Amino acid sequence: MKTLNHKGWYFVLPVVLLVAFNALIPMMTVVNYSVQETFGNNLFFWEGLGWFEKLLHSDRFHAALGRQFMFTGLILLIEVPLGIGIALAMPRTGFWVPVCLVTMALPMLIPWNVVGAMWNIFTLPDIGLLGYLMNTTLGISYDMTQNPFAAWATIITMDVWHWTSLVVLLSYAGLVSIPDAYYQAAKIDGASSWAVFRFIQLPKMKQVLTIAILLRFMDSFNIYTEVFVLTGGGPGNSTTLLSIDLVKIALGQFDLGPAAAMSLIYFAITLLVSWLFYTLMTKDDQK
Amino acid sequence: MRKRNLIPILYILFLMLPIYWLVSMSFKTTGEILSGFSMFPETWTFDNYRVIFTDPSWYWGYLNSIFYVSLNTVISITVALPAAYAFSRYSFLGDKQLFFWLLTNRMAPAAVFALPFFQLYSAVGLFDTHLAVALAHCLFNIPLAVWILEGFMGGVPKELDETALVDGYSFPRFFVTIFLPSIKAGVGVAAFFCFMFSWVELLLAKTLTAVAAKPIAATMTKTASSAGYELGLLAAAGTLTIIPGAIVIYFVRNYIAKGFALGRV
Repeated sequence: MKTLNHKGWYFVLPVVLLVAFNALIPMMTVVNYSVQETFGNNLFFWEGLGWFEKLLHSDRFHAALGRQFMFTGLILLIEVPLGIGIALAMPRTGFWVPVCLVTMALPMLIPWNVVGAMWNIFTLPDIGLLGYLMNTTLGISYDMTQNPFAAWATIITMDVWHWTSLVVLLSYAGLVSIPDAYYQAAKIDGASSWAVFRFIQLPKMKQVLTIAILLRFMDSFNIYTEVFVLTGGGPGNSTTLLSIDLVKIALGQFDLGPAAAMSLIYFAITLLVSWLFYTLMTKDDQK
Repeated sequence: MRKRNLIPILYILFLMLPIYWLVSMSFKTTGEILSGFSMFPETWTFDNYRVIFTDPSWYWGYLNSIFYVSLNTVISITVALPAAYAFSRYSFLGDKQLFFWLLTNRMAPAAVFALPFFQLYSAVGLFDTHLAVALAHCLFNIPLAVWILEGFMGGVPKELDETALVDGYSFPRFFVTIFLPSIKAGVGVAAFFCFMFSWVELLLAKTLTAVAAKPIAATMTKTASSAGYELGLLAAAGTLTIIPGAIVIYFVRNYIAKGFALGRV
């Protein structure tokens, strides 16, 4: 196996220095702000854990956090089954495989604010393709700047459009790594297509699905740019996710203390849930 | 079989619709866009693109983005290569903890870091330089590159290292002339992912720049403010940001999934 060699540290030193510069110093700044109150002019007063206490009892924080969890929950519920389904239906060989892979990966390479702007143009009532189809052709009143439900449907559809391909690509990579012999054995046993999926395909996809779910959780929980450009958090506060609220407080109102406390709680939740997911999903492997 | 093919076809259609709308709008005049709905441009115009290619404040946005993205890719891959080698070949004190710590940086919401990053890079005098954005994007790109490269290196048998050293190769010479060529695909995929995540990120890039290194994605916000709301121009600028991604994705099409799986499929 691996040789015990503490010289490995020399090899990782540049990485550690660069990442530490980017991660530890800003993190210390955030911790520093989170326990202080400022009135500008670089005057700071010790606040202790006051911001954390206020935040944990604030309705605004609870509401934003709730919306964030609802968004991430819906995203995972829709994108994971949909992605697996599409991967199962994709061709395994031939000319169409690279075509599928390239076109499906395309949305992931578009800058995030362009994604927001693109969906904004797409959904404009009367002059956007989707807005026109809904309002004029189908006669369903649809305006995401007015109706909170329409705004939610739009941000969910946008994220499904943007990231389902990640689940598709990973599941597909897991599927093509299954040797043909497995399917032949299943055929001899007369296994139903559900049994093939449940006992052959799903276990083989488990590792890549773990990565897909982890990545989708982290990224949808931290989503900012796309939703901000598309809805700006509105109408009202209906799509103000935690990240949008955070930037409003930090850069809009310049309330550094509360924003820093919020950042730390935010980061802690992401870490905790990711770690839970990860241990739960890899538990069986270690047995 | 026929019915089965329908699912990917419908999905791809769904993916292409908003992109089609963006591209089609970029060829319309502002008057046509605002006057009502039209599926295809009635009068084709290249004015939107002409503005972008002749106005320095527009095309410099593209050049700035390409500069810092390339710089970031080079830095990330250069430092990630030896680190990934150490993680894949040696066990050393705290290696697992270090690996997990790298993972946590992929989880930090960029919104959390925006303000401290601004202060940090202002303090070291790098604000509004390409280097600042390139270094800031290292936060999430280096961990990613280390994982991907480590996954690919794990597929190279250890005997290769041992044989080369017995044959009298010095370590640097072995690394560059023998080891690197055997993980060429991995380096390509890691570079692609660094490119991609640096290209699509905006919040940090926008926070760390003002004029001299402003990314194209930030330039686009001015269509909404300065000259009314020029949808055609916005659409043309958006269309142009899709092209670099479309080009690089073609080269790595068979390795995309392996890259997302961090080299572990």
